[in-house]
Amino acid sequence: MTLTRRGFVAASVGTTLMPALPRLSRAQAANTIRIGVLNDQSGSYRDISGPYGIQCTQQAVQEFGNKGFNVEVVTADHQNKPDVGANIARQWYDQGVDLIIDVPTSSVGLAVNNVAKEKNKPYINTGSATSDLTGAQCTPVTVHWMYDTYMLAKSTGGAMVKAGGDSWFFITADYAFGHALERDTTNFVKAAGGKVLGSVKYPFPSTTDFSSFLLQARSSRPKVIGLANAGADTINSIKQAAEFGLMKSGTKLAALLMFLPDVHALGLETAQGLVLTESFYWDLNDRTRAVTERLKPRLKDVKPNMASIANYSCTLHYLKAVADMGVVAAKGSGVDVVNRMKAMPTDDDAFGPGKIREDGRKLCPSYLFEVKTPAESKAPWDYYKLLQTTPADEAFRPLKEGGCSLVKA
Amino acid sequence: MDEIFGIPAPLLFGQLLLGLINGAFYAMLSLGLAVIFGLLNIVNMAHGAQFMMGAFAAWMLLAWGGIGYWWALLLAPIIVGITGVILEKLFISRLYKLDHLYGLLLTFGLALIIEGVFRNEFGSSGLPYRIPPELSGAWDLGFMFMPVYRGWVVVAALVLCITTWLLIEKTRLGAYLRAATENAALVQAFGVNVPRMVTLTYGAGVALAAVGGVLAAPIYSVNPQMGSNLIIVVFAVVVIGGMGSILGSILTGFALGIVEGLTKVFWPEASATVIFVIMAIVLLARPAGLFGRK
Repeated sequence: MTLTRRGFVAASVGTTLMPALPRLSRAQAANTIRIGVLNDQSGSYRDISGPYGIQCTQQAVQEFGNKGFNVEVVTADHQNKPDVGANIARQWYDQGVDLIIDVPTSSVGLAVNNVAKEKNKPYINTGSATSDLTGAQCTPVTVHWMYDTYMLAKSTGGAMVKAGGDSWFFITADYAFGHALERDTTNFVKAAGGKVLGSVKYPFPSTTDFSSFLLQARSSRPKVIGLANAGADTINSIKQAAEFGLMKSGTKLAALLMFLPDVHALGLETAQGLVLTESFYWDLNDRTRAVTERLKPRLKDVKPNMASIANYSCTLHYLKAVADMGVVAAKGSGVDVVNRMKAMPTDDDAFGPGKIREDGRKLCPSYLFEVKTPAESKAPWDYYKLLQTTPADEAFRPLKEGGCSLVKA
Repeated sequence: MDEIFGIPAPLLFGQLLLGLINGAFYAMLSLGLAVIFGLLNIVNMAHGAQFMMGAFAAWMLLAWGGIGYWWALLLAPIIVGITGVILEKLFISRLYKLDHLYGLLLTFGLALIIEGVFRNEFGSSGLPYRIPPELSGAWDLGFMFMPVYRGWVVVAALVLCITTWLLIEKTRLGAYLRAATENAALVQAFGVNVPRMVTLTYGAGVALAAVGGVLAAPIYSVNPQMGSNLIIVVFAVVVIGGMGSILGSILTGFALGIVEGLTKVFWPEASATVIFVIMAIVLLARPAGLFGRK
């Protein structure tokens, strides 16, 4: 076989953009619900969901069992690139994928949001943080699952201001997520009477050295340095802040978004004392411990965090809605499925009882945690102490304030 | 002189120093690339992966063997260098007669495979590696807080760069190497084992990347992507300095570190782009690079 240059380019584009779907016969296809898990499987957000998010989805399918239709899970890597993500989403929906979930990285999450709306197919985002998904950019087919920038800003930001941190400087990832997180946190800081001294936006995802930005932050002498970033960026920021002695000099670090695997990667020695917000912790109560135990054969030595387990939770709820309205109707219209999901209360072991609001916001409590010291931690992954709980109806942005067009005035 | 261009002077000095530290990494990595390109004519796209392997080797030595930082600084480059020798023997040596493009594609493929294997094994969020106790702490320089470890990185990088340059430009071994790149057949006729010399040169270039990796381990999170973030910038450094010019890559490395550091103050959003803008300008004005001979 000779490979021409054009053929080579076409083949390589084809393989990256078109994850091959197994072919089903027409009769099979009509009775099979296909769930596409679209996330980061090779970049800095991989450990937050990635392969673990896929395992959690499959666990939900297994627990749901057979209710008269088949369920199939397909997966792809969007490489944190909005164009790659939007292309995969478009092809998936065209090829009969009935639901897309996960989709971390807010820029990708928003790109897929547009595709789902155009195709009238359901889309449950569990990975992106931007609160715009249920605000200015809300759609009738989109559900945003367990967190957003508003909820993080309210819980972590609010607690820091209350503890005396009334002057802030932000180090912000220069894309949709970082901007949204900085904006939402700024609102809380100002509302609580604090002030924002400045911010620096760094290029994402190509930055690994944060010392320059930390130094700029330090020179405006804030009480709190807000890290409006995530994943490996947050880890490097905290590591380097410790190296430059920022915490010793009395400046507090607010890791506005941090997941359990980030704490694991930092090690308790460096991470101890940080406060952060998640809506799930495996050791929170009997139900969370039970679902973590059931996931053990799939996740091995890793514990689930709010992002990976959200795939479990949202898949279960979606499948309940499909069983309730029938496969044919569910395949017919994304708006109808999502309306059915909004009409049914949510309940599972991961997030407990809750509901989905008309703007697509799923409500669940948010928890403010403090990272334990090495002495307090008794076992691997025993990392968090619960400081405070914000109930589900107060954790998120009030319905009227988001500017979502679905909300009737 | 309290302010320079509206930025407080102490802050600016601090940023210059930080730029120099990042420049040290650029210099170390581009040095290895320049050695490999200058003597083997191979564009080693696997350099970033080998930098990452150096950091992981240090982590493995500590986590699995209890071997600390100082021994890792010696052992990790040897281990990674040996893997480089194996790669050269198995794959790269077959490509010397072909166009550069083949070497580039091969090493790029190898880099993707190596990174994929490490990602599969260790995940993407990285592993902690602590600063050795002898180098922890910081000096208060008045205008900034200078971690001892970063100072050490600059010194180590300078020593390494100067030693390598002297080795190639001023010693008999270096003369052999340079002669072999001009006319391999003639040098071989004088009884020098050229293929072995080339293999060892590749190993040494890879070992340089690994030293960089060990030095980086305590600063950055040790993760499989750490090299791919750096390698593109380092390639730009090599192109600006002049492909294959050893001195050029060292000086350009430090200089661009400083330029990038200043950009982070005046226009942080552009700090990832500035080096490529400079590269474009240099290529227009001097296509062979600042220090290249054509």
